[in-house]
Amino acid sequence: MASYTLNINDQTHKVEVDKGTSLLWVLREHLGLTGTKYGCGIAQCGACTIHVDNTPMKACVLSVEDFSNGEKIKTIEGLSEKGDHPLQKAWVEVQAPQCGYCHSGQIMQAAALLKNNPSPSKEEIKTHMNGNICRCGTYLRIVQAIQLAAQSQ
Amino acid sequence: MTQKHSKIETLNRREFLKSSGGIALFIGASGIFPALVSCTDTKKIQEQFEKHAITAWVKISEDGQIIIYNPASEMGQGSMTSLPLIFAEEMDADWSNVQVEFSPQESDIYGSPGWAPGSKLMFTVGSRTTNSYFNTMRTAGAQARAILLHAAAQHWKVPVGELSAENSVVSHTGSGKTITYGELIPYLVAGETMPDLSEVPLKAPDKFKLIGHEIPRTEIPSKVDGTAQFAIDIRLPDMLYGVLERGNLHGAKPTLLNESEILGLEGVVKIVPYDYAIGIIATKLELALKAKSQLKIDWSTSNASGFNSEEIYSEYKKIANQNQSGEVIINEGDVSQAFQNASKVYQADFKNDYVYHAQLEPLNAVIQVSEDLRKADVWVGSQQGTDTKLGVPRVLGIPPENVNVHLQYLGGGFGRRSLSDFVEECAVLAKEVAPKPVKLIWTREDDLRYGTFRPMSLQRIKASVDVSGTIHAFSHTVVGDGGNLVASGIRNDHYAIPNQFADWRSTSHGIRLKHWRSVGHGPNKFAIESMLDQIAFDQKISPVTLRKKLMINSPRALATLEKAVEISSWEEPSPEGYAKGISFVEHGSLGTGVVEISLNKETGEIKVHRVWIALDAGTIIQPDNVKAQMEGGIIMGISSALKEKISVVDGQVQQRNFNDYSLLRMQDAPDSIETVLIPSGETPQGVGETATPMVAGAIANAFLQLTGKHLLHMPFTPDRVLEALNS
Repeated sequence: MASYTLNINDQTHKVEVDKGTSLLWVLREHLGLTGTKYGCGIAQCGACTIHVDNTPMKACVLSVEDFSNGEKIKTIEGLSEKGDHPLQKAWVEVQAPQCGYCHSGQIMQAAALLKNNPSPSKEEIKTHMNGNICRCGTYLRIVQAIQLAAQSQ
Repeated sequence: MTQKHSKIETLNRREFLKSSGGIALFIGASGIFPALVSCTDTKKIQEQFEKHAITAWVKISEDGQIIIYNPASEMGQGSMTSLPLIFAEEMDADWSNVQVEFSPQESDIYGSPGWAPGSKLMFTVGSRTTNSYFNTMRTAGAQARAILLHAAAQHWKVPVGELSAENSVVSHTGSGKTITYGELIPYLVAGETMPDLSEVPLKAPDKFKLIGHEIPRTEIPSKVDGTAQFAIDIRLPDMLYGVLERGNLHGAKPTLLNESEILGLEGVVKIVPYDYAIGIIATKLELALKAKSQLKIDWSTSNASGFNSEEIYSEYKKIANQNQSGEVIINEGDVSQAFQNASKVYQADFKNDYVYHAQLEPLNAVIQVSEDLRKADVWVGSQQGTDTKLGVPRVLGIPPENVNVHLQYLGGGFGRRSLSDFVEECAVLAKEVAPKPVKLIWTREDDLRYGTFRPMSLQRIKASVDVSGTIHAFSHTVVGDGGNLVASGIRNDHYAIPNQFADWRSTSHGIRLKHWRSVGHGPNKFAIESMLDQIAFDQKISPVTLRKKLMINSPRALATLEKAVEISSWEEPSPEGYAKGISFVEHGSLGTGVVEISLNKETGEIKVHRVWIALDAGTIIQPDNVKAQMEGGIIMGISSALKEKISVVDGQVQQRNFNDYSLLRMQDAPDSIETVLIPSGETPQGVGETATPMVAGAIANAFLQLTGKHLLHMPFTPDRVLEALNS
C-alpha cells in the first residue's frame, strides 16, 4: 500500500492503494466517482475516458502513481457544474443516449475535441470519436449532438 | 418532467407507505379493486393490505408532485418514459410534475400478462414491454383519474358526470370551479365507498396529449452528467469484491492448484469453488483481480471439447441432406409435390457464426445477505425473469418474499441480462461473507469468453416458381443448437406462398447459448430475404415487384414495402459503385428496410452508406424513441452482419475482448438512417428487434445487385467477400 494525492475536478483526494492500481478503480471504487465507466480494461472501448491536463485518456490503463504529481484530472462529474456543458445540453436535445453506459466517455472524448477544434467537420468528428464504442448504436445522434454543441458555442 | 436521478428507492409495499407522505392510489392487482390510503394512516394501510392484494402505481403529494412506477427494465429502450406516459395520459396527469421510479419487483402485482393464460410476468424480453403493458397502464391510469374525479364530486356535491380533468386539474362545467389533484388529497375517501371502477372508460386516441407526441425521455439528463446509477456503480459500507475465473471451455470443471498461495495474497478473504469456476472474495477490486490473475487451475474436458466451429458446417450440411425431417414448424400445402411440378427450383445454404451480446456494462451484481442468512437485498441490472427474484431464493434456501430486488439501469441487455447466472453467482459469494455485501464483477474477458452466444446455424432453403414465375413453394430447414434460438423468424406469415415447409434439426456442442437481440430472426430473415432476391435476380424481375406479389394478403406489410420504396427513391439508380438492397421483417411490428452500400473490390470491405425504414408498429407511444430503436437496431445489425464472430477451437472460445471481437465503430456507421412511421390505431407492437434482422439480407441483396454474386455466410468479413467475388 502507498499513499497518493490526486487532483480531480479541482479537488484534492488522498488514496491508499497498491502501486500499479488502475486509475479507473481508484476513481470508481475508492473515490465513488462512478460516472466514469468500466467497459473493457484494455483501452478499446472508451467508456472510461477522462481528461488528464485537458487531454482525453482511457483511465483503465493508467496507473495511479503516474497521475498523482499534480496532473489535473477531470471526470464527467467535473465537466460542468450543473450538467449544462454545451455538449450535455446538446446530448439531451437530440436524445442521444439509449442505455447511456458509454455516454460519459463519449461526452468527455467530444469535449476534448471541441476545446481544440470548435467547429469540426463530420469526418473530423468521426475520426476523433472512433475509439468510443456504443453498443446501442447511437453514433448518428452523437455526431448530431457534437455538431449542435459546436454551433451553439 | 422533473428528474429523479438519486438512488432509486425500492421498498416493499409496506415500507413504502411507512416512510412516505402524501397519498397513494392503490389499484387492485386484478385491476378491479381501487383503494386509497393516506400514507400517514398506517392502521388503514394495514387493513387494506390484509384485505386485498393491492399495490401502488402512483403516489400523489399535496404540492402536486406525482410519482408513477415503472414495472419494466430500462436498458435504453425507453420504458422509464413509455409506460408511465401511458398511465399519465389516462390519468390526465400534469407530465411536468411526474417523476418515475421503478416499481418493486413483485410480478403477481406489477406483472403484465404472460405467455400462459392468466399468468403474469415482469420480464423485459422479446420486445414485449409496451405491447403487454399497454392495456394495464391505460386501465390503471384511468382508474386513478376516476378515483380523483369521484373525490371531487363528493367534495363539491355534484354529479361526477359534470366534471372533467386536464393537466392534474379537475373542473366543474356548471360552476367553473377547479381543484388540483394535490389539493384533492384531504378529500380523498377510502376504498369502501368507491364506485365500481372495473370498467373505466379509456380515452379516444384522438384525445391523446402525451401518447404519440414528442416527449423527451425521463432518464436522459442523468445519463449525460454521470449520475445515472447502474448496478456496477453501487457502493455499500464494508462491501467486499468478488471475481470468478471461468476459463474459456464451457462446462469444464476446475481444480485449483495453488490454493494456499492465493489465500496468502494481500486482501484475499476467501476462495469459493463452483462447479465451473473458482471464485475469489477480496477487500478491494484490484486485489481480487490480482489474485484472479495468479490462479493456477487445471481444467477438465467438457461436452464442448473437440468441437471446432469452423469445421462443423460440413456436418450441418450432412444433417440438412438427410431425408428425415426435424421438428416441423410449418407444413402447409405440399412442397414436394410443388417442387415436382415446378418450372424452376432454387436451392442455397446460408450460414451464420456465433455472436456475442457485448452489452457495454459487463455483468455484475451487488448482494447483501443478512447475518441469519434469511434475507437478502439484491442490486442488479436485470431484464428480470420468470422468477422475479432472479434465482436468489433458491440459492439461499429462503422464501421469495425475503429477497428484495433493487432494479438499476442496465448498461445494455440485448437478451444477456434475461439470464440470471451472474446474480446466482453473486448470491453464493454473499452468503459466504454475510452480512457483508459483495459486488461481483465480470471482467470483459469473463463476459465474452464465458458468454452465452446466438447460436451458429445452417439454413437450407429450397424454393420453386411455377410457369408464371410465381413462387409457389418454399422449404426451409435450419440446423443448429437451441430450438427457438435458431428457429424464431422462420415463418413467412406475410408472404402468400401456398406450399410452405420449415423444420429445425438439432445439434449440440456444449456451448452456452442465449437469446440475442432478434434471436433466430437475424439468420432466418437473412436467408429468406436473400433467397427471394436470388429468385428475382434469376427471373429478371424487380425484388420489389416480387415481394409486392407475395404480400397480396398482407396490406400492412405491403404498405411498409411501398413506403420504403418511396423514401429510398428505389427506382432511381444509385451512383456508380453503389447499390441498394431491400429486406422485409416481421417481429411484432412490420418493417421494410433499404440499404445502400458500396464495395472496395481490393480489400473486400463493404460500407453501408444510407438506410431507410418504413415501420408499422401500431399505435406509437414515443415517435422519436421508436426511431432511436430503429437506428440502434440497424447499427447492431450492420455490426453483426459485417464484423462479429465468435470462433471455437477444441471447445475453447478464441476471442477475449474488443481487440479481437470487433464491433462497429463510428467511422463505419452509415451517414443516415431515415425512418418513417406508418400511422396506425392498432395495438402497439414491439420495435426493439425489428430493424436488426433487416440488415444482413438487405446488404446481401445490394451486393447481388452490385456484383451478381451471393453472400451466404455471416458475418460478411472481407475474406468472405473476396471469396464470393472470385466465385
